[in-house]
Amino acid sequence: MNQISPFKSSAFRITLVYVLLFGLSVFIILGFVYWSTIVYTTNQTEQSINAELQVLSNVYERKGYPGLVTLLSERVLIQQQRPGDSSVYLLVDEQFQRLVGNINSWPKIAQDRRDGWLDFRIDDPRETSSGEYTARARTFVIENRYSLLVGQGMKDLANLKELVGRALIWGLGLTLALGIIGGFMMRQTLSSRLSAINQTARKIMQGDLRKRIATRGSGISSGDEFDELAINLNSMLDQIEGGMEGVRRVSDNIAHDLKTPLARLKNRVEELRFKVAGNIEQEASVDQIIHEADGLLATFNALLRIARIEYSEQRKGFKNVDINSIIHDIEELYEPLIEEKGQSLVVQLGSTIEIWADRDMLFQAFANLLDNAIKYTPEQGVLSIRTRTEDGKWHLDICDNGPGIPENEYEKVVQRFYRLDQSRTTPGSGLGLALVFAVLKVHSMVLNFSDNKPGLKVTVVADTNSELRKNRLESV
Amino acid sequence: MTKKNMIRVLVVEDDKETAAYIVKGLTECGHIADKAEDGREGLLMADSTEYQVIVADRMLPKVDGVTMTRTLRGSGNRTPILMLSALGDVDDRVVGLKAGADDYLVKPFAFSELQARIEALVRRAEPESPDTVLTVADLEMDLLKREVRRNDQKVDLQPREFRLLEYLMRHSGQVVTRTMLLEKVWDYHFDPQTNVIDVHISRLRGKIDKEFDVTLLHTVRGAGYMLSEPD
Repeated sequence: MNQISPFKSSAFRITLVYVLLFGLSVFIILGFVYWSTIVYTTNQTEQSINAELQVLSNVYERKGYPGLVTLLSERVLIQQQRPGDSSVYLLVDEQFQRLVGNINSWPKIAQDRRDGWLDFRIDDPRETSSGEYTARARTFVIENRYSLLVGQGMKDLANLKELVGRALIWGLGLTLALGIIGGFMMRQTLSSRLSAINQTARKIMQGDLRKRIATRGSGISSGDEFDELAINLNSMLDQIEGGMEGVRRVSDNIAHDLKTPLARLKNRVEELRFKVAGNIEQEASVDQIIHEADGLLATFNALLRIARIEYSEQRKGFKNVDINSIIHDIEELYEPLIEEKGQSLVVQLGSTIEIWADRDMLFQAFANLLDNAIKYTPEQGVLSIRTRTEDGKWHLDICDNGPGIPENEYEKVVQRFYRLDQSRTTPGSGLGLALVFAVLKVHSMVLNFSDNKPGLKVTVVADTNSELRKNRLESV
Repeated sequence: MTKKNMIRVLVVEDDKETAAYIVKGLTECGHIADKAEDGREGLLMADSTEYQVIVADRMLPKVDGVTMTRTLRGSGNRTPILMLSALGDVDDRVVGLKAGADDYLVKPFAFSELQARIEALVRRAEPESPDTVLTVADLEMDLLKREVRRNDQKVDLQPREFRLLEYLMRHSGQVVTRTMLLEKVWDYHFDPQTNVIDVHISRLRGKIDKEFDVTLLHTVRGAGYMLSEPD
């Protein structure tokens, strides 16, 4: 399976977008909680300060300055006795000198502004460490003589702020972390489902048309979107296979129906040949007919064989094959023919590989390539067979110094019945390379042509690390 | 064709024309051929009569050729079976041979190919000569020493030429086709489209026949080759 990099995986990207949106929502919700908590707490504080001021101003109205001082002194006393009570009281004269209160001096920021709300920092003498904290207070001017400050320490709010702030950061962090983990898990799940589909698709492209995508018969995810997709793809494949099967049957039947009478014709002509034996002129004509019939039969056989190879579903003939031994056998089979044409053959084989293949098919494919090289290279020509391993891929080069193939014809020569203009006069059906191409395709091998300067270089590339090859080797 | 050995053949083939064509050809060659039209009839006939070769189509009504072969082998019947098939593929050959068939031929075939294979199967079914020397006229092959002599003159052969000659000598007097040679001597199954086998034969001929008056290795036009003693 080709592992797609996490950032190219759409499952991962979808999850990432989802996580970001989810994180944003969490941020907004927690932010709202944070903001409304602060607003609420501040309101509460302001209300209690206002209420306290109301009480104090009432006392002043009724009992005058002494009553106010007495009450303030009581309040200060209570505050000092109650831990956790952070109420602040201060009464000053026109010069901001303290008259009564539990803080030492009038906050500087409020000196020019005698009426209104302010936040200031105070020292709590009862706090041991870093007793400084923020307080919110309201100042109030009494009859242009005294200034009264009533406030509350905002230590609780600060704590709350910190708490909610921390919750915000942790919540966000955890959301992102869990989201990313979830993203990976989702990607794994998605890609395992998708890779089942992809693997099947690849096997089908290899010619195994009977392969179908597995659906989850039972379990939580049975009947989900992937199952639906698999079922739809499978029924699409059924239809395609049915169509192909029909075409194949028709073409097989045509080829077979034509082959049979052709074979009978050939047999009758052979019988005829015995009858005309002795008559040299008639013998020659009959031989010519036999030769033509043989050529036609060979073409039909090759066509049927290519069709068979292209659509072979189960590779019953496949087994582990030592590839160098095949090449040695080809060398040995063709050596007399090469010698007869006065050509020379150089064979350089690298280390051998075992390949999951049909030995006969590969032999025929490689033999066809060498056969072509011999056929199209003039006498005294030089041929070579080399194997090498490059980038984990096995390469077979079959070179000649014949006329070669023009570059723009490389793709066409593997088509059925395609023949180069200059080779129309040489015998052949135009099916040789088509057969090679079909054989190499079922073996997941690639056929390349290049200029050997002069001549043609045909290269067969087998990816020895290919997933299909490995699977097959493992399944032996 | 040589008529020295009469062969009793059972032809199991549902296509009447093909069956008639095979039976007619075999009869003309001096063999005896019986006909069965489906696998069940073939099984019954193979059980009741001693045949030397059974030619069976792969696709048959009632019981198909592969099942028939498997059934015969399962019941201990060792008669050589040549399977015919319209589906020309290595896969089908493998299935046929796995079931117990001895040879496989793709339809349509030249009669000479079928005849050569039937005769080769009969020869193979006979117990292989225990002696280690094969002889055809004045040509001698010592299988132990890996030596070939003609008229007491040593002939040097490459290993593959030795195997080629051994196969021809074991089937002397029979036609051997190019495809058979590629299958039996080279152990590859495909239809050689070129004259590559011919070159091997002519090389072998150059070694065993060239310097002698009597030719042993003959070309049988339209069929293949035959190594035989002079008449």
